[in-house]
Amino acid sequence: MNRSVKAAACAAAACAAGYLFHDSKGPAPSEERLPDVHLPDFSIPGLNKKMAIVRGEHRSEMLNTALKALGGPEMFIKNGDRVLLKVNAAFATPAILSATSHPQLVSELTGLCYRAGASAVWVTDNPINDPASCFELSGIAQAARSAGAKVLLPEAGFFKPATVPGGNLIRSWPVLYEPLKSVDKVIGVAPVKDHHRSGASMIMKNWYGLLGGRRNIFHQDIHNIIKELAMMVKPSLVILDGTTAMVTNGPTGGSLSDLKTTNTMIVATDQVAADACGAGLIGKSADDLPYIAKAEAMGVGTADYQSLNPVFVNGWS
Amino acid sequence: MKIITTRRICQVFFLIVFLWFCVATTLGRQWWQLRGWPVNWIIQLDPLVGLATLLSTQTLYAGLLWGLATVVLTILLGRFFCGWVCPFGSIHQFIGYLAKHNTKTAHKVRANRYRSGQSIKYWILVFLLSAAVLEIAFELALLPLTRSWLFGISVLLILGIMIVQTLRHSLSWKTALSLFMAITGIWLALSLVLNETPAPSASLQIGLLDPIPLFHRSLNLILLPLVDRTALNLSLAPRYYEGTWLIGTIFIAAVLLNLAIPRFYCRFICPLGALFGVLSRYALWRIGKSREECMDCHLCQKNCEGACQPVSQIRISECVLCLNCLDDCHHGLMAYQTKPSAAGEIVAPDLTRRQFMASAIAATAAVSTLRVNGNIGPNWKSELVRPPGSLPERDFLARCIKCGQCMRICPTNVIHPAALEAGLEGLWTPILNFRIGTSGCQFNCIACGNLCPTAAIRPINLEERLGKSGYAEKGPIRIGTAFIDRGRCLPWSMDRPCIVCQENCPVSPKAIHTREHFNAVFTPKPLIVESADSTAIQLKHQSLLPDRFATGDYFCIIGEFGSGIHRRIVGNSAASLEISGELPFDSPPASGATVDIMIRLQQPYVEPQHCIGCGVCEHECPVGGKRAIRVTAENESRTPEHRLLPVS
Repeated sequence: MNRSVKAAACAAAACAAGYLFHDSKGPAPSEERLPDVHLPDFSIPGLNKKMAIVRGEHRSEMLNTALKALGGPEMFIKNGDRVLLKVNAAFATPAILSATSHPQLVSELTGLCYRAGASAVWVTDNPINDPASCFELSGIAQAARSAGAKVLLPEAGFFKPATVPGGNLIRSWPVLYEPLKSVDKVIGVAPVKDHHRSGASMIMKNWYGLLGGRRNIFHQDIHNIIKELAMMVKPSLVILDGTTAMVTNGPTGGSLSDLKTTNTMIVATDQVAADACGAGLIGKSADDLPYIAKAEAMGVGTADYQSLNPVFVNGWS
Repeated sequence: MKIITTRRICQVFFLIVFLWFCVATTLGRQWWQLRGWPVNWIIQLDPLVGLATLLSTQTLYAGLLWGLATVVLTILLGRFFCGWVCPFGSIHQFIGYLAKHNTKTAHKVRANRYRSGQSIKYWILVFLLSAAVLEIAFELALLPLTRSWLFGISVLLILGIMIVQTLRHSLSWKTALSLFMAITGIWLALSLVLNETPAPSASLQIGLLDPIPLFHRSLNLILLPLVDRTALNLSLAPRYYEGTWLIGTIFIAAVLLNLAIPRFYCRFICPLGALFGVLSRYALWRIGKSREECMDCHLCQKNCEGACQPVSQIRISECVLCLNCLDDCHHGLMAYQTKPSAAGEIVAPDLTRRQFMASAIAATAAVSTLRVNGNIGPNWKSELVRPPGSLPERDFLARCIKCGQCMRICPTNVIHPAALEAGLEGLWTPILNFRIGTSGCQFNCIACGNLCPTAAIRPINLEERLGKSGYAEKGPIRIGTAFIDRGRCLPWSMDRPCIVCQENCPVSPKAIHTREHFNAVFTPKPLIVESADSTAIQLKHQSLLPDRFATGDYFCIIGEFGSGIHRRIVGNSAASLEISGELPFDSPPASGATVDIMIRLQQPYVEPQHCIGCGVCEHECPVGGKRAIRVTAENESRTPEHRLLPVS
């Protein structure tokens, strides 16, 4: 009797479990997607577009001069702001080869942010080479640390799917969202480099380092992906470092003979204008870089940088 | 404090040190990362690594000198390493304890009895060392021809031994004479037969079963990747290693066998334990009964780790100095003492001359058989891309102990244990896999060679790797060459712009260059001009997908294919094309003219004289499965025979 009760209970439990988990349809064809995230707008509200072009040879001085010409760092950084520096740390090469943002610029900028009242400065990028090696070998990690900034190496959990409104390429594509979501200001810091596929790698191309996944498939449509990246990121400020420009063998370089001293630093709130101006440093014009016109057409900025009445400062004394 | 407690503390200490070194084998500047930690120390303490590489290379590399300390201590004290130091042994002891601690004493005594199978480990030791000694043995066999004076001395020496043996009445005159004749005759015959044979190189296979490399390998390639990115967080991206199923199976089997017989691996398999067994023959102190009056209660065998039968004639070569018998004997009979056990002892390992010879010959036969495959010679596998600084294959196989240290330290996780790419001999030796990991082999990295405990990968410096200063003449170290698979490459086979490989090539000048090529784009209907001005063309038919040709990579030409000027398209609707203002039409095309749309492609080519085989191109190639550009070992610096170019 006891046994038959137990047997019946077991059989009933098995049947119940089977019925409960029964799935007559099988799995649906498409998997569920995570909801897309939206990147905040980091541009400074109410600020007219500004640009400064400084000639000189010392990055720190040029940066200070440029920011002063634009009204001081306080124009961009408010008390208590958390600031993210999106550097170019794409390659595990030393700073002298200029394939990455210069460490001196990173530390000076970090210091300026703190002096303007920033509560935290983070430095990030999703490099092409091994991330830890890139940040260490380029000197950016050391520079950031010594200036009090925190380096955020891209962890898998930092990436969230994002869609660019009006874009065709960046649709539910993993973007380095975690650092971006919790900061108040974003500053793009990029060198001027030759880039065989797109013509030149400057500020707008540097946002490529915010993409995750197998992002290289977008090289098939390089000008549109750069355009969409520019549409996606609305920075507070961009700093295009043309102290030394990579004129050949870009964007990796690898030899001092690939570099040319161009002694220019461009600081702007308009990334399209910055790139249009920077193209001239490596002997190109905005017309040679289709992504500039494309970004302009989408209202990201203006290719006619002269229309911003840029402040020219000759830092040579 | 009881001596056993001391032993346990010592075991835990070395296990923690071992685990700690595995964790610290991480590239970086944090205090817990590589920096100056002597992470190879336990490997270096392992005298089997030292001895086997000494036999296979006739050198004792760097820190392997530490092995001497272990050897000397073992000769004086016995197998202390097994019972007090070996981290793998401690694991076995602990698992064995868990499995047996609740069983009856009689059962424990039975589990810890001596078994004749314990001699298997000596066969294994002889087998592995014979494979390592192959090159020396071959040179020795050729002695009559190469250094006849040395051969003469050896013959006289043998003669001397025979005479002494005869005088001591160990041998009869007849046997001695025939033995002497046989030895010299066989030796001479061998030298004549082998004279023309190319010298075989040694095969270092101790890493397969030596517990220290085995444990390192299992931890580095399986256990650490499993716990990494949980509480530990050692690396930024999860680590992957190919072929871990076999490494894992062996590790788990070795651990689980303790459930059947405690310290199964140590007693039956461990070649390092076997070496210590041989070395402990003349130990000054040894375990034994201090007096003869014994109750034969067998309690001394209850927790005997080595299964060395302390109850009767103790087998010194099996005793791992766990000292449990000292504690378990209720009559205080057992002692660690200078005099032999009162019940007698067996000092030599249970290995007959025949077994020794059989094992040695089996090893010679096995290695020779494998070599017929030609892996080191003409049948080399081009997918075998070794880390930068690796020795030529024959020297590499004489040194690599398959410990996985290079795979653990590699910051990009591109070094993997080989399956059969290097033949059975090269199982678990390092091979580069550019699909896995965070990048290719980093141009500015020399971590693997500087960590390798046996210099199978040489400790190169950055100048040598990059071919700078003193190495400018030789150029950078090449580990292979990239080859483009034109059937898979997007610009070559699918009319799609890409050149990610060119962009990421880290050398200057780049080893990948491109040639511009315009390909006509297929349109269902010919595109006929309706009207046109200097930058716009209106077409007769609506057939185009709006903005499809606005990517910046499409151009149009008017009239005869190939003869026209390419003008960049900046926009299109279903029936119109907009041309870039850079190059407007001087005279717009007439109504009825044909327009061809061309895609501008940059098709990649590899410059083999600049390619170092770093594999960054392969890693970045957007053709995600089987890459459209792949690195193989052709033109690798380490093997001149694999050269690809007439001038290097």
